[in-house]
Amino acid sequence: MTSLFLLAAIFAPWIAPHDLGDTVGGVWEPSSSEFWLGTDNLGRDLLSRMIYGARTTIFIALMATALSFTLGSVLGLGAAVIGGWLDQVLSRFVDLLMSIPTLIFALVVLSVLPANLITLILVMGILDATRVFRLARAVAVDINVMEYVEAARLRGEGKIWIVFREILPNALTPLIAELGLRFIFQVLFLSALSFLGLGVEPPDADWGGMVKENKDGIIFGIPAALIPAAAIAILAISVNLIADWVLNRTTDLKGGRSGQ
Amino acid sequence: MSYLLILVAKRLAISALLLLAVSALIFAGTTILPGDVAQSILGQSATPEALANLRRDMGLNESALSRYISWLGGIVQGDLGKALTNGTDIADAISKRLYNTVFLASVSAIIAVPIAIFLGLVAVRYKNRWPDKLISGSTLAFISLPEFFTGYLLIYFVAVKLGWFPSVATVYESMSFTERLTAVALPAATLTLVVLAHMMRMTRAAILNVMQSAYIETAELKGLSPLRIIARHAFPNAIAPIVNVVMLNLAYLVVGVVVVEVIFVYPGMGQYLVDHVSKRDVPVVQACGLIFAAFYIGLNMIADIVSIIANPRIRHPR
Repeated sequence: MTSLFLLAAIFAPWIAPHDLGDTVGGVWEPSSSEFWLGTDNLGRDLLSRMIYGARTTIFIALMATALSFTLGSVLGLGAAVIGGWLDQVLSRFVDLLMSIPTLIFALVVLSVLPANLITLILVMGILDATRVFRLARAVAVDINVMEYVEAARLRGEGKIWIVFREILPNALTPLIAELGLRFIFQVLFLSALSFLGLGVEPPDADWGGMVKENKDGIIFGIPAALIPAAAIAILAISVNLIADWVLNRTTDLKGGRSGQ
Repeated sequence: MSYLLILVAKRLAISALLLLAVSALIFAGTTILPGDVAQSILGQSATPEALANLRRDMGLNESALSRYISWLGGIVQGDLGKALTNGTDIADAISKRLYNTVFLASVSAIIAVPIAIFLGLVAVRYKNRWPDKLISGSTLAFISLPEFFTGYLLIYFVAVKLGWFPSVATVYESMSFTERLTAVALPAATLTLVVLAHMMRMTRAAILNVMQSAYIETAELKGLSPLRIIARHAFPNAIAPIVNVVMLNLAYLVVGVVVVEVIFVYPGMGQYLVDHVSKRDVPVVQACGLIFAAFYIGLNMIADIVSIIANPRIRHPR
């Protein structure tokens, strides 16, 4: 399922039967041989928009995940190894950011920032980096007191060498296990923002935005909004299952997620 | 006993401090970040004179610190300022909506909490047998569902196809309690489904944790009946983690309510916030953001205080 979505995302311009913004039929036509999933609120082909939507959704979510991981793990590992006031300042700041619900803080910040793709990715990435920071720092603090790190330190290795050659390779497994979960979170977060009308700007649309466009049809019994919503759900569940499978394969992590 | 009081007082003080810091962060987030508020409101085509006038009216020419202090001072006195878009008093607009939101959240909580704890207990009782696998598997799927999928699915099938409940949750002041309850039935059901999965999984983990303790094994080996073990040995120790789980999820509920209110066009805080974010009405957004954050911090604080009180081990200084 995940690979199907990925293929749709990568090859969107070639496989979509119609163009993104083309009005090709009546408003909310039911599914037919020409329009497999029917048409949307402006008479655009829903299947084509779904395929382009896959591209937008997955691209933004991936970018935001990449940003949150780079930022979170670099700062987290740095805080753990360097320690001292840097660790204190960063940790307290992350505590503070996490004491505000993510969605609420995103709404507050987006009310003043200009609405564009880069802002969106930055806000999503930075807010989520707090969680990666906590995980990376916790893992690195554990590893930092291991004998082999101590040995490297006594050998006279520099801090950078310790971070990249001793700690990072050992911290990578738990971080990668977290990657799938953070990606799902970003997909859901982006969908929620777009659904609230604060994410991707029309005429481009991600799946959350498409739910918003077609939501008025629901009351008349037109299920057009359910299709992108279901796609988000299926993507989230399938990535979740993959993450679970990866987690079970790396046996040393078993049980590490109890209570999640 | 007095040591307990000190601990609780300490926790209260930390929350107050946190709230203050959060207010500063929200204010800073809407002030210091790049992006000119006056420009956002008037749009790109605004004349320089109009911009200058609006900046003066909003007090944007004063320093950020003095604006923060006067904003905070207003909030302490219950004055949240006026909305930029229509000049209405924010505190008035919020008070009714806050009641609606709290009503919706409490109805969901009243339904979700007992079901989650019951399901959690069932899953523990039949651990690794089919009831546990069924419950755990379906909750794993439910966690990944976005709120609007559940919401619109309910609207489509229950409201439109079956016509049992209204699809749009309109409430007004003259409504009787039961009418209100029917109006919020679907949004409450959506919220319940959203938090139920999380709450149940965490309850299961919390009880399992207690059930694996050495003293439970001792009680079992003494030959006590399962009922007595659960009532006398497991339950008192499981209260704190369960209350913690419930509070954390209620805090989550506060956030989930935003999306659910938009789905059902419910006149609550979340709808109000989202409306004014797209209108770039900064004072409203600041006020709503602060209130949501206050609920979130408050619920987390209650969770901590309950676990302090319920746990005899941290009552005594080491």
